Amino acid sequence: MSRFFAPLKEGLWGNNVVFSQMLALCPVMAVTTSGSNGLGMGLATTAVLIASNMLVAAIRNLVSPQVRIPIFVVLIASLVTLVDLLLNAWLHELYKVLGLFIALIVVNCAILGRAEAFASKNTVAAAAIDGVAMGLGFTFALTLIGLIRELLGSGTLFAQASLLLGPSFRFLETTVVPNYGGFLLMILPPGGFLVLGLLLAGKRAWELRRQARSVAAGPTGTSPGASPAPTAA
Amino acid sequence: MTAYLLLLLSTALVNNVVLVKFLGLCPFMGVAKSMDSALGMGLATTFVITLACAATWMLEHWLLLPFDLAYLRILSFILVIAATVQFVEMVVKKSAPTLYQALGIYLPLITTNCAVLGVALLTAQESMGFAQTLVYGFGSALGFTLVMLMFAGLRERLALARVPAAFAGAPVSFILASLLALAFMGFAGLNF
Repeated sequence: MSRFFAPLKEGLWGNNVVFSQMLALCPVMAVTTSGSNGLGMGLATTAVLIASNMLVAAIRNLVSPQVRIPIFVVLIASLVTLVDLLLNAWLHELYKVLGLFIALIVVNCAILGRAEAFASKNTVAAAAIDGVAMGLGFTFALTLIGLIRELLGSGTLFAQASLLLGPSFRFLETTVVPNYGGFLLMILPPGGFLVLGLLLAGKRAWELRRQARSVAAGPTGTSPGASPAPTAA
Repeated sequence: MTAYLLLLLSTALVNNVVLVKFLGLCPFMGVAKSMDSALGMGLATTFVITLACAATWMLEHWLLLPFDLAYLRILSFILVIAATVQFVEMVVKKSAPTLYQALGIYLPLITTNCAVLGVALLTAQESMGFAQTLVYGFGSALGFTLVMLMFAGLRERLALARVPAAFAGAPVSFILASLLALAFMGFAGLNF
């Protein structure tokens, strides 16, 4: 089981595409004006990432190193074209909102990065697990930023989820603050930078605090979640 | 003539690629750390975006539309852009070795700059004419270079400032970008 959970933890937190590696910033900023948009974009990217990871791993022994980058790019571009057409056909509202950024999944550094760094050196199964983990981490980041911006900007959570993601997502729609006046700045571009900057600072502060605590607890207190003082004393 | 001048202004300032449309954020955050590298990256990107816009316009209007192949747009555009970047790299290496030394590592990175593909796809979607496409591409690239330079200059000052430990490095850069974006929102008030 740890074969599955260790990469998942890495993808969601330790090696998160957005919060740790700071890749793929364009979609992170551009589509996270609401939780539903973030979730939709995250899932679309995850689908491309899993498929591209598996395909790259499957052909890793056939491709010579000199031409691998163009081949990976063509593979990813074909998959993105498929996702683009599928979303246009079945989730047209979401397609209209995300617009250009669906096509721009091609140049998402995270996808080519995973193909190059992981999938081209591992088996199909391992690459698929890596794709799921990294994709979920990306989706988590997008949804979180989207929810914070939406909550502060218009006082709702997952508004229009049933319209954008399909009727079965209606249960997600909540209005947290009724008759909220709105805080437009959060929805506008500056809000995206601001929220991500504050989130990164929050993560850093939390890590610094944990580090300080484990130093205070002495050399034995390195395991995560260990209670601070008693062992060293 | 005025129409093109206004288009240039509106793409460079009002609809800035980086701060309003959120394209090309990776080099914005990654490369814009010193004025020199920001200028190099900006100029190389300007060249590539303008060339790529011209090339993709021809591809779109002479090949994809006549043969009803619009669904191959993403795939063919990224290939054209990769080839353009490779071409620019070869030309610069041959004709201006000193510039190549300076730009060296940034050139291949331009392929994955979403501003290039983004601007090319936008001009194709809005089916602009050839001259309009060129001006749109050049204006967007100018806006990119301008913002890269401003951000790099601000960050050079920021490197000397005392920042709380939790904000040092990336977080404070994002807050800075947020303030810069706020300033650029002011251009939205301009009426053309």
